[in-house]
Parts: sequence; structure tokens; C-alpha cells
Amino acid sequence: MGELRLMKGNEVIAEAAIRCGCDGYFGYPITPQSEIMETLMTLRPWEDSGMVVLQAESEIASIHMVYGAAGAGKRVMTSSSSPGISLMAEGISYMAGAELPCVIVNVQRGGPGLGTIQPSQADYNQATKGGGHGDYSLFVLAPASVQEMHDFVILGFEMAFKYRNPVMILADGVIGQLMEKVELIDHRPRWTNEQILEISGEWATYGKSQNRKKHIITSLEMDSNTMEQNNLRLQAKYERMKEVEVRYEAIECDDADYILVAFGSAARICQKTVQIARQKGVKVGLIRPITLFPFPEKIIAQYASKVKGFLSVEFNAGQMVNDIRLAVNGNTKVAYFGRMGGIVPTPDEVEIALHQRFKN
Amino acid sequence: MSVLTERINQIIKPENLVYAKTPLLNDDAMHYCPGCSHGVVHRLIAEVIEEMGIQEQTIGVSPVGCAVFAYNYIDIDWAEAAHGRAPAVATGIKRVMPEKYVFSYQGDGDLAAIGTAETLHAINRGENIVMIFINNAIYGMTGGQMAPTTLIGQITATTPFGRNADLNGYPLKITELIAQLPGAAYVTRQSVQTPAAVRKAKKAIRKAFEIQAKKIGTAFVEVVSTCSSGWKLTPVASNKWMEDNMFPQYPLGDLKDSGRADADLYRIKG
Amino acid sequence: MTEEIIIAGFGGQGVLSMGKILAYSGVMQDQEVAWFPSYGPEMRGGTANVTVILSDERISSPILHEFDTAIILNQQSMTKFESRVKPGGMLIYDPNGIIHHPTRKDINILKVEGSRLAVEMGNPLTFNMIVLGAFLKAKPVIKLENVKKGLEKSLPERHHKLIPLNLAAIEIGQENLVVVQEVEVGN
Repeated sequence: MGELRLMKGNEVIAEAAIRCGCDGYFGYPITPQSEIMETLMTLRPWEDSGMVVLQAESEIASIHMVYGAAGAGKRVMTSSSSPGISLMAEGISYMAGAELPCVIVNVQRGGPGLGTIQPSQADYNQATKGGGHGDYSLFVLAPASVQEMHDFVILGFEMAFKYRNPVMILADGVIGQLMEKVELIDHRPRWTNEQILEISGEWATYGKSQNRKKHIITSLEMDSNTMEQNNLRLQAKYERMKEVEVRYEAIECDDADYILVAFGSAARICQKTVQIARQKGVKVGLIRPITLFPFPEKIIAQYASKVKGFLSVEFNAGQMVNDIRLAVNGNTKVAYFGRMGGIVPTPDEVEIALHQRFKN
Repeated sequence: MSVLTERINQIIKPENLVYAKTPLLNDDAMHYCPGCSHGVVHRLIAEVIEEMGIQEQTIGVSPVGCAVFAYNYIDIDWAEAAHGRAPAVATGIKRVMPEKYVFSYQGDGDLAAIGTAETLHAINRGENIVMIFINNAIYGMTGGQMAPTTLIGQITATTPFGRNADLNGYPLKITELIAQLPGAAYVTRQSVQTPAAVRKAKKAIRKAFEIQAKKIGTAFVEVVSTCSSGWKLTPVASNKWMEDNMFPQYPLGDLKDSGRADADLYRIKG
Repeated sequence: MTEEIIIAGFGGQGVLSMGKILAYSGVMQDQEVAWFPSYGPEMRGGTANVTVILSDERISSPILHEFDTAIILNQQSMTKFESRVKPGGMLIYDPNGIIHHPTRKDINILKVEGSRLAVEMGNPLTFNMIVLGAFLKAKPVIKLENVKKGLEKSLPERHHKLIPLNLAAIEIGQENLVVVQEVEVGN
């Protein structure tokens, strides 16, 4: 068993990054996630592992620093909150286009615009449907505990390199600020130059030796036929993710008449709603998508024929509910309940909403 | 060996050879217009890299603009940056591989308009990189629109009656601004319109790469350049126009050559 | 056993650190814990509150609509949280600065003169530990030895010399807990 600690979600992102052998972090302060960079700066990993930590002049610069360093085959990351992620959209699209691995953490706050610093899940569509320009998808993980904030940094880097694709950890202000027990992995060394050669030697820009062709990190292609082939290759990659990387948790769904669907901290709230409802004799279950892209559509489709309805619970105006509707394909009733602007619903509010939406 | 090379070798005997193209520059026909300065600067960079023997340790960062395809011509590893972000991309590469040589190559729109923040902050951090800045006072690739360095009265596609300070503000002397930054080690302004100027520019580029090895701050080389297509002049007339109009506004020479500043000058008292 | 607690008062009263010590103490006795603060632009003087959950089982929601115990340290928090104590639950408050005292008949109400006692101890910073002592007297959910261990974990090493003072403050809090109202159904 690894070291057990009581930590905040934001702090553990920093700790996990150092422990998994991350090569660099580039970021810009924004509430409610500034503790990630603050923790890194306090821990000074450059003295031990050699990990680089740099405060950039903007989120735009941060993501392009990540672009450069990721292009060199290094394991690098950034973090921000909603308005900062909008600024990064350009660089994220370029990274998806150039097929660069990296981890991006979004500790969401309420929008639109400058919005609020309170928790939100209103960037679901931005994270899963694009956000930047062009046909691309991120691999999106939604942590629901401090432990998962830790675990998904490690899993995130694994997926980023497996698919040569940017990975987003879509957290929110609740998980970022929440403190829980967490089991930390033991320190792993950063990749050596030999390991980088073995893993990314085919494409990374670490300096061209005489015996190979030059490597070029780019998303640019002037020939439309080639560009279409590039797009088809990306789409095939996303299809592979859909086939083998879907992750979810199903809680008390087997006998359920109604299933709540929620991710991140909304799923934690819904777990309590399940308890409250079952105490009242209503058979309620919960499906918690862990990967938002690829979305766990098959399990939802399977339950669609068994339950009287799904309730999507989100801290937004109803975004994931559309993916649930697509999966359900009209086979049962799908409703939405959520709060916006940084308001986090309480477990009893969800229970009341469930009753109201399905009373007939 | 191609037929052409064979024929050339028959004509040019090794004992008569005064100049050979660096093998770092490939044989692809450049997409640049006749008279454009980019090709010359590409050659100078390739020569410096070859002469210093640092091909295996050098990573270039190309911009958005006419030089977007710089990576097609020089035989080293490249990252192609988003518009204006080359200094940030170069920072990322250099920070995770501090032992490598990293340079960015940008035009005036890229470096001094959309990427001003990335430019100034990379230099202000004293990133140990080389930045090459091609200033031709116009947007070449998008069809000759106004650049931040376009002169007052200069006609472009978006200033068809000449740049007007009331409407468009002033030419941005960003190199003078950069010379003020404590993180800059070496700031110089060069040109490549004559053989003498080319030799001086090459020396400056070589010096910039040597400074990178010393890790004493950012080395910045501006090359005042022509854009005969954008300026709608012949290559020869472009050189004349540059000398008459650009040089008075963008005078050649070194602006700074002292290494980055002593941090104690900026330290708190306690 | 699950104990769901809200601690609410002014920023600067040590609300968040009291919660943190409670959470660390819970970890020391192998419990599951959650600590969730209100967060906002206020740094000093604004309202602050923190939810602390101690449980023998996996904790579901860190966001709660009702609490087993509310520890109330200013009037704004009294107004906001008195109604959110579970029937049969407990409200502990410091009467200093409280204009509208709690009026519910279905909850246990206790008080501790934390502010006054802290001043009498000669160190206003012991305030939150006095209140914590009073809570632990009313609800001995954590053993004192684990609180000591929790203090050691949550305080930076340079502050460890203050641990005896903190423990003394906890003791004073325990001795000065006053029962205002007791109801039949406890939990």
C-alpha cells in the first residue's frame, strides 16, 4: 500500500504529477485551481526529479509551451479553470491536430464569461465536443474523488501516449477544493532519453541525427487529400478509444426503476440521493461516466429497456443529457436536473427533482 | 548523383570552388518570391548550424506567415507553431531540453502583433534561445495587409491610401522595446540586400547561437527585409525602397550586447 | 457511525483549520473523512464555513443539505445554518456577538464562551481549539489521543511547540460546555 495522506484535490494533482515522473508543468494562475502550481512551486521538483515548473504569461503561452515540450516526447501538462481553458482552445486544437500527448486539467467554474469562481460542470460540451476548431476529440476523464484526481494524472499520461492525443481531466471546484484521504503512488523516475527514443523516437523533435529523416511537429497540410487522410486517421483513433477505453461506475442499477446519470462531484451528490430515495422505497440507481469521451453509451443503452427513466444531473443547463438521449434513442424517458452559475445542488434537491420529473 | 550535379562538377573543379551550398539546405525549390529575403536568411541559419556542428542538437520553431514552411528547407527537427506562439513553443522545448539549441523564426505580424506577449515575456524571462525576426513591414502570406511595422504612408491591402497614424497608430519598433528588457543578452538589427550585409548578418546569427551556448539570456536578430510582391516593386527597386524608407526608421546595428541583467539590480531590500 | 458537521463563522476565526484538525484526527483513527470549505474572494473578515464528514464507511456526498452538528461562531452563520440541523441533532455556538439565539425546539443546543475564554487564556488564537474541545465533550467522536496526532499532522513542524497550548485550550473548552437545551431523540 502506498503512502496515505489527507489532501486537497488540487494539491494531489501536483503531487501525482511529480510522483509519476512528469517532465514539466506550464500554467497560469486562476481560481479555483491555483493551488496546483502553488504546490508544485513549493515542492520544487526540479531539485529532485528535474521536472520543470514554469509560470507562463498567459494560458495561451502555457498550452503552447506544452505543445513545444510535448513535441520533444516529454510528459508535460497544464491546468486551468474554465475561462483559461477557452484561451487554451487554440493550442489544444493544434495539439490534437499534431497528435501530441499531454494532460490538461480543467477545474471548472461557472460561466459564461468571467462567470463565477464557484463549482460548475458547464464545460462538458467544450471538453467532449471540441472547444477549439476542427474535427477532434480529447480523451476526457471526470474524477469524482481526490483519489481519482491522483489516479487520473497517471492514467491520463498513459492514455495520452497510448493514443498520441491530449487528455483532459475535467474536474470542478468541489473536487479541487475537497480534502480526502488519498493513497499516493511511489515516486517513479522521469523517462530517460533512451526511453523517450523507444516510446516516441519515431516522431519527437529531440534533435535530428544523421541517420534519420527530420521530424516535424505540425498540424498543417496544404494538400486536401492528405488532410482528409489525416482526419480519417484521427477519427479511426477516436473509434478505437470508443471500443476499448470506456470507463464508468454503475451503482445499484440492477433492480433500479430509475437511474441517475452524473459525473464528477455531481455523482457524489447523487450517491447520497440514491440512499435517500431507497430509504423511501424508490428503487434508484446511478451510472457515473468516468470517461466523458469516449462516453459510456452502451451501458446506458442496455438499461434503457429496463428502467422507467433516466435523470441526468449536472451543474449546467443540460449538456450531458443530450448524449444520454442519443444512447437511449427514445427507448425510455430522459430528463434533466441541474443548477447553474456556481450553485451546487444538494442530495435532497435531486431527490425532489427525480420525484417531480417522473411523478406520472 | 543527379545529371545536373554531374554537369556542374565538370564545370566547377574542386580547386576553383569558392562556395558550396550547405548540405543542411535541401534541393527543394523554395516557395518564396524572387527577391524575398527569407531564402537568404534560411541559408545563413543552415550554414551557421553546419559550421557549428550542432545539427543533431538544434530544433527550429517556424511561425505562421510566409516562413510557415521553413521546416521544408533546413534539415533539422522542427515544430510548427500557431500564429505568434513560436516564443512559447521554443520556451517549452528549451526548458525540457536545456542542453539543445532552440531557435524561433518569425515575421513581423507573428512576432510583433499577435505574438507580442509571447515575444516580450520569453525575452523578459531571459529564455536561452535564439529569435530570428524578419521585418518586411507587410503581411506577405495573406496578401499584403498592414503589419505592425508598416510605415506611415505605406500602401498595403488594408491601408490602400497609406498607413494613417490617426486610424492605424504607429510603426512598432519592437526591437528597440526588446533591447530594454533585462532578459535580452544580444539584440541586433541586420539586413541581407548586399553581399557585405549578408556577411554581417551571418556573423550576427552565428554570435546569437554562440550566446545560446553560454546561457546568458535571449539572443535576438532582426533582419530588415524586402517583400517585393507585397510592396509591388521589382526586387532591385525593393532593395532601394528598403534603404530609403526602412533603414531611417529601423536603423541597422547592435542595440544590446551585454548579456542579461544582474538580478540584484531588481532585488527587494528585505 | 457517520458524523456530518458544519463549522461556520468569520474568516480568521480558525474555522477551516478547526475542520482540518478534526479531519486529520479522523484519519488517525482510521475513519473516512471529507473536508470541504466554502471558498470565495474574501481573505480576512468575510464569512467562512467548512463541512467535515467523519465516517466508518465510504463517504458519498461532500455537499449536504442537513447536518448532525452545526458549530456556529457568528450571527450570519446562525441565520443560515440553524434550520439545517437534523431534527434531534446538535447546535453548538459561541454566544459572543449573537443577537438572535437559536429557537428550534427539536435539536440539542449547547454553548461555549470561546471568545471570552480565549482572551482569558491570554491568546485569542486558541479560540477555535476551545470550541473544538466543547464539541468533543458533547460528541466524543474522536479520542483525545487522536486529536493530538491530528494536530501533529496538520500543523507544520515549526508550530509543534504550540501543541501543548492547543491541548490546554481543548481541555478548557471541554470544561466550559454549557447545555442550553436537550431533546429526547439524540443520535
